[in-house]
Amino acid sequence: MRLKKIAIIDYGFGNIRSVVNALNYCATAEAVVINSPVEMSRFNGAILPGVGAFGPAMHFLKKKGFDEAIYNYVNTGKLIYGICLGFQLFFEKSYENGIHDGLRLIPGEVKKFEKKNKNMKIPHMGWNNIKIFQNNSYTKKMFKSITNNESFYFVHSYYVMPINLLQTSSFCEFGVKFCSSITYKNIWGSQFHPEKSGEKGLVILKNFIKEVNA
Amino acid sequence: MLKLRVIPCLDIAQNRVVKGTNFINLRDAGDPVMVAEQYNLYGADEIIFLDISATYENRYTTVDLVEKTAKKIFIPLTVGGGIKNIEDIRNILNAGADKVSLNSAAVYNSRIIKDASNIFGKQCIVVAIDAKMIKNNKWNVFTHGGRIDSGIDAITWANKAVELGAGEILLTSMDKDGTKNGYDLDLLKKISENIPIPVIASGGAGKLNDFSDAYYAGASAVLAASLFHYKEFTIKNVKQYLKSKDIPVRF
Repeated sequence: MRLKKIAIIDYGFGNIRSVVNALNYCATAEAVVINSPVEMSRFNGAILPGVGAFGPAMHFLKKKGFDEAIYNYVNTGKLIYGICLGFQLFFEKSYENGIHDGLRLIPGEVKKFEKKNKNMKIPHMGWNNIKIFQNNSYTKKMFKSITNNESFYFVHSYYVMPINLLQTSSFCEFGVKFCSSITYKNIWGSQFHPEKSGEKGLVILKNFIKEVNA
Repeated sequence: MLKLRVIPCLDIAQNRVVKGTNFINLRDAGDPVMVAEQYNLYGADEIIFLDISATYENRYTTVDLVEKTAKKIFIPLTVGGGIKNIEDIRNILNAGADKVSLNSAAVYNSRIIKDASNIFGKQCIVVAIDAKMIKNNKWNVFTHGGRIDSGIDAITWANKAVELGAGEILLTSMDKDGTKNGYDLDLLKKISENIPIPVIASGGAGKLNDFSDAYYAGASAVLAASLFHYKEFTIKNVKQYLKSKDIPVRF
């Protein structure tokens, strides 16, 4: 079988190595790191990774011209998956260190966790179980072979609030019930790191690869 | 619910897993990549590589080892030992590590915490504190594998590390390390009550209830080395015990 080529968007911000390693380990895809927006149109599947702060990340995306490239790419109906900060960037705006505009692919905002008690340590770091939200017709694709309440690895201090509840594909709880992933047509995203969530995380990446056109 | 993380620590010297009592008398326990793969299979929530020979032998933690490991396991990997500057951190993160653990370098040049967390993000900066009790309820930070008393109070230092941008504290009790008498719960409680970021309890785990005690004292994660290497307990044993105490764990 020919390996499906998946673009890993490298906008000079955060570690992309883990995503590359995990995709290649899946043995059904070949991760191709791209750092120029013109390359995007060659691919039918793309991943927007990212760790760090929202403002600087958006700044780098724009500086490299990836904001427009991603927008055009998504409009053609091709699949994209945003991980952690990459997922947050899909939204309209974030309140991380000021107010910053995002890519505006998904209506909604990104907000900071509030400390509810002294035992609640922020960032939300570690493994947490998610509730799969079945009312979304794309959910089954992302969570194929994943049972409800499975745990995934999170590291973040901010969480997304999509305006349209039906775009959510899973929820998680940390002081507040928050959206841990979305699947909306060709846009997938998760707050957790599938590339760091052991076997179950790899299953989600495989599910993504499966949906990418050869 | 957020789970209590169970973390095996691989103390590494010359690219082999070793573990000593109170950081001396090293014994060989195998190849780090293979050991990490085993732990991943057995349900470790995270893995820590600590190059214990790095600081005093002036060596850099091996980037090569991190690269090999990161291609085979897909859970968070933290690497520490002998990290001196931003370049070291960059090399280790680029090799595939998710976090770096800073110890001696951070104590003597605390700016590195601030710079590193600005460049790479707080989430990948772990500040390791080796604490030793010098009198009742007073702990100092020791450096260079626990051989030098920095004269700095451990609680003051933990707070400063948070201020500078640490994302997590790896708290090792030098008094308890290698004794199997349980974690230093007083120290753990003092630190975790005082700081808003996760604390990893380290040093002294010997019995199953030591892990639950650490959780009750405020730990977000529990670390052990020799206990797991010599298979006195498996990670599964520990998690089953924790689950029986209604402590949230991942299987």
